[in-house]
Amino acid sequence: MTNFLQYCLAGLSIGSIYALIAIGYTMVYGILRLINFAHGDIFMMAAYFMIFAMVDYAIPWYVSIVLVILVTIVLGVIIEKLAYKPLRTAPRMSIMISAIGVSYLLQNLATYLFSALPKQYPSIPMLNKTLHFGEVSTSLVTVLTPIVCIICVVALLALVKYTKVGMAMRAVSKDFDTAQLMGIQINNIISLTFVIGCGLAAVGSMLYFTPRPSVFPLAGSLPGLKCFIAAVFGGIGSIPGAVVGGLVVGVCETFMKAVGLSEFSDVFTFVLLVIVLMFKPTGLFGEKISEKV
Amino acid sequence: MEKKTKRICSVCAAAALLVLLILSYTATGTTSMLRSVLQLGAIYALAACSMNLLNGFTGLFSLGQAGFMAVGAYTFAVLTIPVNKKANVYYLYGVADGLKNLALPSWLGLIIAGLMAAAFAALIGAAVLRLKSDYFAIATLGFAEIVRICVASSPLARVTNGSLGLKNIPGFTDLGFIPAYFVPFIVVTVCLVVMFLLIDCSFGRAFKAIREDEIAAEAMGINLAKHKTLSFVISSFFAGIAGALLAMYLGAVQSTTFPLMLTYNILLIVVIGGMGSMTGSIIAAFLVIAAKEWWLRVLDVETYIGSFHVPFLRTGFRMVVFSIVLMVVVLFWRQGIMGQKEFSWDGIYNRIKSLKTRKKGANIEKANAGGGVNE
Repeated sequence: MTNFLQYCLAGLSIGSIYALIAIGYTMVYGILRLINFAHGDIFMMAAYFMIFAMVDYAIPWYVSIVLVILVTIVLGVIIEKLAYKPLRTAPRMSIMISAIGVSYLLQNLATYLFSALPKQYPSIPMLNKTLHFGEVSTSLVTVLTPIVCIICVVALLALVKYTKVGMAMRAVSKDFDTAQLMGIQINNIISLTFVIGCGLAAVGSMLYFTPRPSVFPLAGSLPGLKCFIAAVFGGIGSIPGAVVGGLVVGVCETFMKAVGLSEFSDVFTFVLLVIVLMFKPTGLFGEKISEKV
Repeated sequence: MEKKTKRICSVCAAAALLVLLILSYTATGTTSMLRSVLQLGAIYALAACSMNLLNGFTGLFSLGQAGFMAVGAYTFAVLTIPVNKKANVYYLYGVADGLKNLALPSWLGLIIAGLMAAAFAALIGAAVLRLKSDYFAIATLGFAEIVRICVASSPLARVTNGSLGLKNIPGFTDLGFIPAYFVPFIVVTVCLVVMFLLIDCSFGRAFKAIREDEIAAEAMGINLAKHKTLSFVISSFFAGIAGALLAMYLGAVQSTTFPLMLTYNILLIVVIGGMGSMTGSIIAAFLVIAAKEWWLRVLDVETYIGSFHVPFLRTGFRMVVFSIVLMVVVLFWRQGIMGQKEFSWDGIYNRIKSLKTRKKGANIEKANAGGGVNE
């Protein structure tokens, strides 16, 4: 029973991180119809920024966190402006290839700048404190992760639902061209999407790497893929869907590991993707898009 | 241009290429960079063409190439490792009973590797081919990752040797009087010729029709499911052979030999060559491999000119430059080297003619504007 609770907590924790990253995928896809292959690598770059801030420049952790989020957002917006904006009218395949190119570039850049050897992630002592709930013991970050996730998601949902900008975002994701005709500044909205996505990826990156030993240039690619799958599972374009998808993927993965199938936990994620796509291609909460001839 | 002249040109060009290839063999030592770049280039050309058949010609954006190459490479390796070396390879897990005394000749291994990859494609194709563009890309990518995880997993350890990978894979051997060096070129040429013939026949036209407009193609009586499956299976067959050739070239395979990065590399070759142009893919494969493995190596070495330390040059810079070049191609030169066109003598002829007229300053330049490289 204790073990079961422990696994539940771990699954919930990793699931919340996946949810945070999946939101980035789902929002970009909702607006640009683009799988942002570089998103996982932005997540990895955020981890390196943290190492830079805390280890190389010895900035205190509370300043570092803000700085890293800002720098990651800048990186995301630059990528959008340089690599995706010129291709706005191009066929979808081109922009997808551009996204793959960015991912390739970021991985190689990280290898060049920080070397391929794993680097130790700086630990924030406060976050690694061990907590005891009855017989269940866990670190603070594991408990903190779902809470941070809930706060972020609620804030984001409020933004999308109740503010003018949020309304513009919904309009753009419904119909790109019509939204433009209604006087919405498309480029600002797209940039804002990247700001939110990358900000959440930076937060997710800190929560993800704190309990893990090291960062390496390819560290972002597999979590990135899993989070995309989570987004597809929940229905791409839907924020609550991404959260549910992230939690499902995280919890399932943890339980696969718990029963001793850790080798196949990633296989399971991909199988889940194929099954979902076969039986409900729009995901759990996705809207059906009718095809125009 | 007349048909006869074209034929003469083709024969001359083929002969010239052959002479150059033989020169590359006779004029260089066994450790020459040129040799390995040409061999690897040929293998990548085959992989890129097989991807192009799917992505460029049929318009199905697949990211599973590395997975099919892994299937081919592992099938080949498992079937052809010599019996007396098996104990050495499987020293940790032991070899599966059925494989103990099995060592097929290389040519048979190559064909079975291709067929195995094709069988996998047929199996998963039934499921994933129903998916639309992006979802198809992600599902195939997922397949490639599954293959990579499975070959390194413990239940298959007695076949694929887990994460240790397989070594002692037989390399290229002399083929009668033909030296081993030429074997990959022969295999790749045969495969490419088959692919060219396929594109020129009704199947190829159907593939292109599907690429241009699925609904219109269906209205014209093209069986979508059948042709998509066919394209997927054929593409995977050749990807499997390319994987097997890579295994022969490397002599050892591991699950890490076929990362997502490999798919990206091949995709970028296809993009540089032009999506929908086989000749483009072939040219790009040799260019990219030569640049990556040979010409740009200087960028990875710290250099001093006199006492001046050249900035930026250290390990990894090559790949950064390479990826920036690729981004530039993707952003500003989207049609790549050949666009959707194939190499043809008419194209060259028209281009030379238009150059001549331009020199004369004649106004008839516009008349030739449609020239350039023709399909």
